[in-house]
Amino acid sequence: MAFNYENYLRPGKLPHIWCPGCGHGIVMKGLIRAMDTLKLDKSNTALVSGIGCASRLPGYIDCCTLHTAHGRGAAFATGVKMARPEMNVIMVGGDGDGTAIGGNHFIHACRRNINMTYIIMNNYIYGMTGGQFSPTTPTGHKASTTPYGNPDPNFDIAKLAIGAGASFVARGTAFHANQIDKLIVEAVQHKGFSVVEILDDCPTTYGRRNKFKSVVEMMNRLKDMTVPVKAAEKMTAEQLQGKVLTGILHKEDKPEYCEEYAKVINRAQAK
Amino acid sequence: MTQKVAFLQGNEAAAQGALYAGCTFFAGYPITPSTEVAEVLSNELPKIGGKFIQMEDEIGAMAACLGASLTGAKVLTSTSGPGLSLKQELIGYGCIAEIPCVIINVMRGGPSTGMPTGPSQSDIMSAKWGTHGDHPAICLVPASVQETFEETVRAFSLAEKYRTPVMIMPDEIVAHMRERVVFPAPGELEVITRTAPSVPPEQYKPYDTSFGDVPPLAAFGSGYRFHVTGLNKAQDGFPTTKASLVQAEEERQVRKVDANIDDIVTFEEYCLEDAEVVVVAFGSTSRSVRYAINIAREQGIKVGMFRIKTIWPFPDKQIKALASRTKAFITPEMNLGMCTLEVERCAEGKAPVHGIFRVDGEPINPDQILAKIKEVK
Repeated sequence: MAFNYENYLRPGKLPHIWCPGCGHGIVMKGLIRAMDTLKLDKSNTALVSGIGCASRLPGYIDCCTLHTAHGRGAAFATGVKMARPEMNVIMVGGDGDGTAIGGNHFIHACRRNINMTYIIMNNYIYGMTGGQFSPTTPTGHKASTTPYGNPDPNFDIAKLAIGAGASFVARGTAFHANQIDKLIVEAVQHKGFSVVEILDDCPTTYGRRNKFKSVVEMMNRLKDMTVPVKAAEKMTAEQLQGKVLTGILHKEDKPEYCEEYAKVINRAQAK
Repeated sequence: MTQKVAFLQGNEAAAQGALYAGCTFFAGYPITPSTEVAEVLSNELPKIGGKFIQMEDEIGAMAACLGASLTGAKVLTSTSGPGLSLKQELIGYGCIAEIPCVIINVMRGGPSTGMPTGPSQSDIMSAKWGTHGDHPAICLVPASVQETFEETVRAFSLAEKYRTPVMIMPDEIVAHMRERVVFPAPGELEVITRTAPSVPPEQYKPYDTSFGDVPPLAAFGSGYRFHVTGLNKAQDGFPTTKASLVQAEEERQVRKVDANIDDIVTFEEYCLEDAEVVVVAFGSTSRSVRYAINIAREQGIKVGMFRIKTIWPFPDKQIKALASRTKAFITPEMNLGMCTLEVERCAEGKAPVHGIFRVDGEPINPDQILAKIKEVK
């Protein structure tokens, strides 16, 4: 029997705003399957986002949804989680929102290791504003504000999250649709700050400027450029040249922020 | 019952006022001269099971407050000039999404880093116009430590009652001076908590105007599922660009305050009955004014003070009434004429307005005010 997405979608809110060929819808379906697998109580789940194409996702999902300001999703979500730790808090957003204007909130949420999941849809571009380069746009690539090629070095979001202290970091792609929900399930089940980067495509503002002939070609690139971590173990450095690892990249047990603050409350009340 | 009395500075009194009002969540970022608010609450909130978090920046602190408020908590942040500039982005979010929150902004010299330890009254226009777009503004300007306690309580009640951000702006002198504070007994001051929805979750709309201009706000995690956005929204909370809906919602947001000015605006009239010269002042400056008026009165000069306690919404009606029976206004303030502009607007040319402006980090002395009184009487 085909999976029924209706239970988690708000009636009357589709069609979504995303362009034909955009991978965000694939990620949203993965998130819904993950929510279903986890049997998340919709009334006790907050879905928080910033601004951008990816950040429109919460509006379609039937739970407590908070579409905040550009880059501020992690800080709003921190307030929700701190004030009501029993809620499941999931953040979604794009690469520009999360790693440029929201970069500070992102790394500090990682550092605190507060128990929530952040799904970053990395399509290498500011799509909603028409295709300006983001901190993840590869060097040399074209964007509406890099007509001569991007001079900036780019972020590796997963490495950034690991370096900042996130205790669970995974990466998937919009091509590997069936893996997305599995990564999100593991991330939500993990206690601490979990980051799931999904490499995504923006045919409208990134693909057409960078000589991708079709969405299929962009999807194939996501397939060709990635290697599962398990497979990478058996590969040489030469074979891994230019490849991006997918799967669970980092997982560790670390003190979780809300639990640590509960200890603060205990110490204050014991005085 | 014995009265609880303490010797507190303004910032400490603000923190105590927040606790009295039922604040259970504080997010902040260190900044002089408001940091004591955060320090006191980092100590006190966990004792009552509340939450204190020091965020990575001022914007994050504002964001965390708004997120926490949506779960039903009464929330506070504190800051000063440069921090207020950063918070403006999300103060606007609080206005459009209609999320109750209280912001304490201790006024120091500006612009930019300015004079971090020097007093100022130059943020009042930022309270009204700081965030972009049309929006409601409520801002309280206490003049004593006791009043800072009481006005902080009132700030929470106004935020909860009108479902909007409320600012309280003591100048640095009020925030850092120490005075005797008598703690009001529980129940002595009015404490208002936001209205929860009376309809079941499936019928709930977060901006349902059939309940009036201030629709009930459900809490995340209480069984109600709804959408919150900073985009112009319809009554169901979802984004809209439909002209008639956007116009109606924008007007309602501002009307929440404009239609309730008499409920919000507070002031003190000092020696105004027979006053020919009226000094309009607020914050610590009003203390120098009171001293100057007492001396002037001994010398037979008919002068009084209209002390602004609520700067936004501005007491238009009261100033307009005074203008028709006043020889002259004097407006001393620690900025280059912000409140003066408002008094001029309300005076409508019926009485001249003489400003006394100081931005050198020093208070306006009674001597300066007395000299001006004698000059214009």
